[in-house]
Amino acid sequence: MSNIYHLLSERLPLLRRGLGGGACSFSIGGIHPEDNKLAANSPLQALPPEGTASIFLGQHIGAPAEAIVSKGERVKTGQLIAKASGWVSADIHSSVSGTVVAVEPVADLSGIRQPAITIQVEGDEWLETIDRSPEIIREIPSDSAVIIKKIAAAGIVGLGGAAFPTHVKLSPPPGKKAGILIINAAECEPFLTSDHRVMLEFGEQALIGALLLKQALHASKAFIGIESNKPDAIRELQKIIRERGYELQVVRLKKRYPQGGEKQLIDAVTHRRVPSMGLPADVGVAVQNVGTALAVYEAVQKHKPLIENSITITGKNLPQQINALVRLGTPLSRLAALAGGIPAGTGKIVCGGPMMGKAIVNMDAPTTKVTSALLFIPHGEAQRRKASNCIRCAKCVQACPMGLEPYLLIKLTQRSRYDELRANRMSDCIECGCCLYSCPAHIPLLDYIRMGKGELKSSKLKVENYPTDGHRL
Amino acid sequence: MQTIILTVVTLTALGAILAAALYMVAQRFRTEEDPRIDEVAALLPGANCGGCGFAGCRALAEAVVKSETMDNLYCPVGGSEVMQQVAACVGRTVEAREPMIAVVRCAGACSLRPPTSLYDGAASCRIEAALYKGETDCLYGCSGHGDCERACLFGALRIDAATGLPVVDEEKCTACGACVKACPKRIIELRKKGPKGCRVFVSCVNKDKGNVARKACKAACIACAKCSKACAFGAIAIEENIAYIDFTVCRLCRKCAAECPTGAIRVNGEWRMENGLAPSPLNFNP
Repeated sequence: MSNIYHLLSERLPLLRRGLGGGACSFSIGGIHPEDNKLAANSPLQALPPEGTASIFLGQHIGAPAEAIVSKGERVKTGQLIAKASGWVSADIHSSVSGTVVAVEPVADLSGIRQPAITIQVEGDEWLETIDRSPEIIREIPSDSAVIIKKIAAAGIVGLGGAAFPTHVKLSPPPGKKAGILIINAAECEPFLTSDHRVMLEFGEQALIGALLLKQALHASKAFIGIESNKPDAIRELQKIIRERGYELQVVRLKKRYPQGGEKQLIDAVTHRRVPSMGLPADVGVAVQNVGTALAVYEAVQKHKPLIENSITITGKNLPQQINALVRLGTPLSRLAALAGGIPAGTGKIVCGGPMMGKAIVNMDAPTTKVTSALLFIPHGEAQRRKASNCIRCAKCVQACPMGLEPYLLIKLTQRSRYDELRANRMSDCIECGCCLYSCPAHIPLLDYIRMGKGELKSSKLKVENYPTDGHRL
Repeated sequence: MQTIILTVVTLTALGAILAAALYMVAQRFRTEEDPRIDEVAALLPGANCGGCGFAGCRALAEAVVKSETMDNLYCPVGGSEVMQQVAACVGRTVEAREPMIAVVRCAGACSLRPPTSLYDGAASCRIEAALYKGETDCLYGCSGHGDCERACLFGALRIDAATGLPVVDEEKCTACGACVKACPKRIIELRKKGPKGCRVFVSCVNKDKGNVARKACKAACIACAKCSKACAFGAIAIEENIAYIDFTVCRLCRKCAAECPTGAIRVNGEWRMENGLAPSPLNFNP
């Protein structure tokens, strides 16, 4: 039955859309967590710079940038302070004006010290070349090389979470062309609302950013995928598209996690499947986050580098739900103070969403280009439940949006059987956490998978005869 | 009656024919095995721990018989005594080796290394080390989930509830090295057992600068080099902000232990009580 459904839906996207209640969705796995978009109605507020800002040199995938300023030097907001040290790397600009006080490692949110530039904030003096007027510039440069160059010069990285340098993503390998651009505005993670607010408040700018990305890729079509729990954003963008006659199309997506996963989004919008270990360019698609689109607009039209991003500060116990425009390198503790301090009974503070975010160990850590949220989880919900033995119910298999068998992967990881892990497509795991969410035995599946992926990657590490821990499989 | 006789005769004949066939097949496909392999295997302890690097005791016995020399063939469980007998059995000689023992190079007990966060993931050192910097500010210290305890086939290691650190049972440890492999932070090391169990070693592997290390743990090696200056035999080297005592050179004079300001150098792995560095019972409420 499901085969017939898939066969038909491959041919007839409309039928599939009809079966999915009018909205598109990816075809396998997924879960339905409560969306808890508590901060959806809080407008973005700008957080003025204050105190010190520590800006990490490695905020992106690839080689860390090289600092070009030294201690004691004065910098302006938007000034280049670290240069990309290779093709897959990104420039880093000062998010504040003031004096460089240190070029030394600073503890990140896990407490691990990473090289960073620390600046003492003095006033807020911007670089003269940056256009700070609210006027919207709609003319789009026709030369894609110019757009890509400006994007690279602004140090833009994928703001969806992966932090992959955008200029690299816009230059697909020779022989591959991305004919379709998808703007990822699904924001499927519960609690997160920063992209939602960007669409409502900077909708037109983000759409122009999307057109710039489309031009840079020479794409023939561009879609904007938005989950159906943001009807106001869908309406707003559709209205702008109609009024301005932009060649963009809004696609309503079913509310289902991980709808905003790159491969899931491609499946939902185009019904194309990215092959195992493949890239979206293999199926002629490029995906960019809506926040990235806004950053691209600002970089190309306003000459403003990536120095701030929108961050949701939320939690069930928090008196105020906040969406803020925060300069890079602002200490996380300042964000907590903005929302009225860490509420009593907080069990865990997470950077990012509840599904894929990372628990914070060090609240003095600065924000980075991809910090999307600060989430306060109350004590009762923060604790993991005691793990028991796997009963082979296969709920994890059912939930996995990549079609993997998580229970098998962790068993193989425990026994360090790397060849079999490769055969079972371990590296395809997107670490979305659906398996962990659906496991009735509360087995820490994702912990094992993350470790296994790391071990699989580092060929140097040869571990033999590792003991298994208490969870018998 | 006739039926019974017929049955007995038929079955006897069938049995004889099949026995002859089996005998012929066995002769035809017989593999010659050196009888010494059995002899050597009988001498080995039979723990099948893999400490020698082979799959089990019999695999080591085969390797011993096949090999020309005794290089790289050593049963840590049986030790020199067993290896002498094995060498005699195959008509070779072997130099006596000093017995070894596993030592835990971390003195970061809970009271000396204050926890700064709480780890809630899978109870495995291997996972914690892969995902996270640990519950304290020391990135290098023992995480105490007991991967070493589970790896030990001889029950020689256990995690002390008071200190959160593994303790090696001198009687039971065979120096097979399973715990060394199991520790993702490379804290456990095999060292010479020493006369009357006397060992001097640096119980710290923190490569951070002295001030950072000290802030994270009161018992950290801060690479002050007092020990290397005190050592008359040049056994102590300082590399990457950490002192290391070469046990092949060390004469166990224990001058370095007296000099060490943090108590990171421990004799026999015992705590130095006079510094107030002895561990107090675990007291950390999440």
